[in-house]
Formats: sequence, structure tokens, C-alpha cells
Amino acid sequence: MRALGSGDIIYIIMAVRWTLLLSLVAFLGGAIGGALVALARTSEFKGVRIVSAGYIKLFQGTPLLMQLFLAFFVPGLFGWSVDPWTAAALGLSLHASAFLGEIWRGAIEVVPRGQWEAATSLGLRYWPKMVLVIAPQAIRIAIPPTIGFLVQLIKGTSLASIIGFVELTRAAQIINNATFRPFTIFALVALIYYVICRPLSAYSKRMEQKLLVAAR
Amino acid sequence: MPATAPPAADHALGDTIIEMRHVDKFYGDFHVLRDIDLSVARGERIVICGPSGSGKSTLIRCLNQLEEHQKGEIVIDGTAVHARLKGIEDIRREIGMVFQSFNLFPHLTALENCMLAPMKVRGIPKAEAEATARKILERVHIPEQAHKYPIQLSGGQQQRVAIARSLCMNPKIMLFDEPTSALDPEMVSEVLDVMVELAESGMTMLCVTHEMGFARKVADRVIFMDAGEIVEVAPPERFFTAPQNERTRKFLGQILHAQTQAH
Ligand SMILES: Nc1ncnc2c1ncn2[C@@H]1O[C@H](COP(=O)(O)OP(=O)(O)O)[C@@H](O)[C@H]1O
Ligand SMILES: [Mg+2]
Repeated sequence: MRALGSGDIIYIIMAVRWTLLLSLVAFLGGAIGGALVALARTSEFKGVRIVSAGYIKLFQGTPLLMQLFLAFFVPGLFGWSVDPWTAAALGLSLHASAFLGEIWRGAIEVVPRGQWEAATSLGLRYWPKMVLVIAPQAIRIAIPPTIGFLVQLIKGTSLASIIGFVELTRAAQIINNATFRPFTIFALVALIYYVICRPLSAYSKRMEQKLLVAAR
Repeated sequence: MPATAPPAADHALGDTIIEMRHVDKFYGDFHVLRDIDLSVARGERIVICGPSGSGKSTLIRCLNQLEEHQKGEIVIDGTAVHARLKGIEDIRREIGMVFQSFNLFPHLTALENCMLAPMKVRGIPKAEAEATARKILERVHIPEQAHKYPIQLSGGQQQRVAIARSLCMNPKIMLFDEPTSALDPEMVSEVLDVMVELAESGMTMLCVTHEMGFARKVADRVIFMDAGEIVEVAPPERFFTAPQNERTRKFLGQILHAQTQAH
């Protein structure tokens, strides 16, 4: 055992970049996947709706930790060995796709029927109707819960430490194993998560209030 | 109402533009349209009335296939339409539709509402789409509201923008589904005036409305629907003075009573 030095603190703080990078990649992957899931859930084809609903149920009904384990081990069964970074990015992206897909499905369905009908009656096809009429209205509604989920996702990246990906939480564990100053170290880590997540939560709340006022 | 369209017999009608033959529609087990036969000539103006739930909206929504019919044939300007028709959008863009609840796009200004479909559906360049939109907003008497968002407009103004939005597509047919029912009474006439002017321009129009003054003034034929059937079709003069069917008489009694009460 050794003393906790300023180098250790800096090591922990620097590990934040992996937390942020993983969050960003998972969020972008989840945004692409989530858009597809949301469109599939609102599709006019029943089969597509059923499959996407199953996907959402699967990921919402199992722990994120299990999803990360599977993302780490399942590719190996097919002879594709993945490093912890790839597994974490993949697992979190699939996870985020399900949750964002469900959030955005709700937002799409809140856009009144009349908007679809007006756009359809003007002769707009599916994609221009979605992109120019429905999405701009759905996005406004979706922003607060989307940011709310982003906060969950950032905190969720800490689970990637278990499959050996060195981000903020994992870095803290490593330093703690060497110095055994758990209170100082994990208080610092909690503070860092708080500083990242709190403004996002506050922003999401404010947006939600604004939408409520606008809806009146 | 200041404007008057020439009475029915005074304007020439063209060839058949809408043909419905033995059309049936069901919602599940519920038989909502029963054996509808209707043929509309180019330039003709039709008013459809009838009690709530009689299938008026459903009938006109079948024309642009917002609703699918299960039996019979609907032919629009020479093309038989059904929901799975490839290129149904090409039919829809020739049919303007005005809704009771306006359904303007809330994130776009009045002008942008009018430009969207011409640009994205017809591929008209922006400058030209804007010029047309401004001209048509003038035609519905609200050029000064072009840059406002729907929420900043009164109901009557919103409905006129909705009419303009449809007209910007230069449609061959205009469908109206109770366009004045959601309006405060003082705004009804500004919308009806625009519709009368549109009728004068020779547009083929099908209007679901209970505005009997409008029907008398512009309709070539008035259709009375009840329980999913077309019960009576007649020129307005005969429709209002000598309705043949007992159900029509009863309905007219109620509607005229309600309207004299209101005015
Ligand atoms: N999507 C739907 N599903 C089931 N029933 C419907 C649907 N839309 C309308 N109906 C029913 O069909 C009937 C006719 O409706 P509608 O055409 O809107 O009548 P109207 O416009 O004459 O008031 C009503 O009884 C209504 O309840
Ligand atoms: Mg109706």
C-alpha cells in the first residue's frame, strides 16, 4: 500500500474522458438505432412493429450489466473477440437504442393525427412527411426525456468497469486498490459524476417546464 | 355574404371527375358507408349534409384514400384509387383537403405552410413557390399574416391559410370537412366568403357543411346522408323547398331550427 498522491487524483480525473467518450459513442449509436426503432415501432407494417417491440422489451426487461456481459462474450462465440472498449460501446449503444426508440415512439405518437392527415392529403410521401412535418414536432416533445436518458446512460457507463474498460469508476477502483482511501476516492468520483449530470438534469427540467407552459 | 356564385344552372359542367360505384366501407364490423353511388362533374359544387356519424367525413376521406374502402370502385379523374395503389400520392396532390380543425403545421409560418408541399411534392423552386404562396394568401385576404405562426392567428385566419395551403398545390378538386364548425360565429363568414369565391373560379368542390346559406348560394347539388347511405340528392332549390325523403325533412327541420335560433 502507498499514499494517495496528486498523480493518483489526476489519473482519476483524466479517466473522465473515457466516461465521456463512451457516453458520446453510446449516445450516437443509440440515436441512430433509436431512430430506426422508433420508426419501426410506428410503421404501418405489423411484422416490423412486433419485432421492434420485442427488441425494446428485451433490453428494457434485462439489467444493463447482463447486456454488457453478453456484448463482451457473445461475439467470441462467433470467433470475433472484442476488446472491452468495443464491447462497452456496442452493449451501451444497443441498450440506448431500445430506450431512445421507446421515448421517440411516444413523441411521434403524440403528434396529432390531423398533422399526418394534412401532410398525407398534400401528397407528401413517407420520408418528407416524417422529416419535415412529424419529426420537428416530435423532437420538441422528446428533448427533455432524451436528456433525462442521457444522464442515465452516463451513469450507466460505470458498469463498463466490470468488463475491464477503464473509465472513471474503474480508474478509481485501481487507485483505491493501491492506496485504500475509499472514502476520499469514491467521494471524488461521485462528485465528478454529479458535476457532469446535474446540469443536464436541470436543463431537461427547464425544457420540460417550457413545453408545459407552451402547451397551455 | 357579399360574393355570390352564379346559381347552379348558370355554369357549365365538364366531364366526370369523380365516380363512386357501389362503395362500401367498414370499420371492423361496423358498416359505415353503404353502397355509395356518386358521380361528380368537373366544376361541380356539392354540399353534403346529414346527422353526426352518418359517414360524411368518411365518404370524402375515401376520395383521397385517407380512409380505405373495402368494396366498390372509386375513380378519380380516370384512375381507380385504393390504399395500396402505387403512386396514390400523385392522386392525393391533385385533391386539396380542408379540415374542421385546420391542421396547419405549427412549426411553420403561414407562408411556409403554403410553400412546403409545392416544393417537396411538385419540386417547384423556392422563389416560385413563395410567389405563388403570397398570391394565394392574398386571394384568401390575409397577405399581411404571411410571416405569422398558426398559433398567432385567429381561427378564421388559420382556416383561410389552410385553404391557401391546399390551393398552392393547384388541385383539381377541393374537399372541405365542416370547415366552419370549429370557428367562433363571427369568423364563419370570412371563411365562407373565400369558399364562395373559390366556387366562382370554377373549382370542383365537395363540402361537408351545415351552412345552408352557403349550400343555397353555391351548390349544384345537395346530398343528404344518414346511417352511411346517400338518402337524397337534389339541387338546392328542390332540396330545401321540397325534400322527398322523410328523414331529409326531419333533418332539415332540426338544422333550420337550430340555425334560426343561433342567428
Ligand atoms: N377510425 C374509426 N374507427 C371506428 N369507427 C369510426 C372511425 N371513424 C369514424 N367511425 C365511425 O363511423 C361513423 C361515421 O363517421 P364519420 O364519417 O366521421 O361521420 P360524420 O362525418 O358524418 O359525422 C361514426 O359512427 C363514427 O363513430
Ligand atoms: Mg365528420
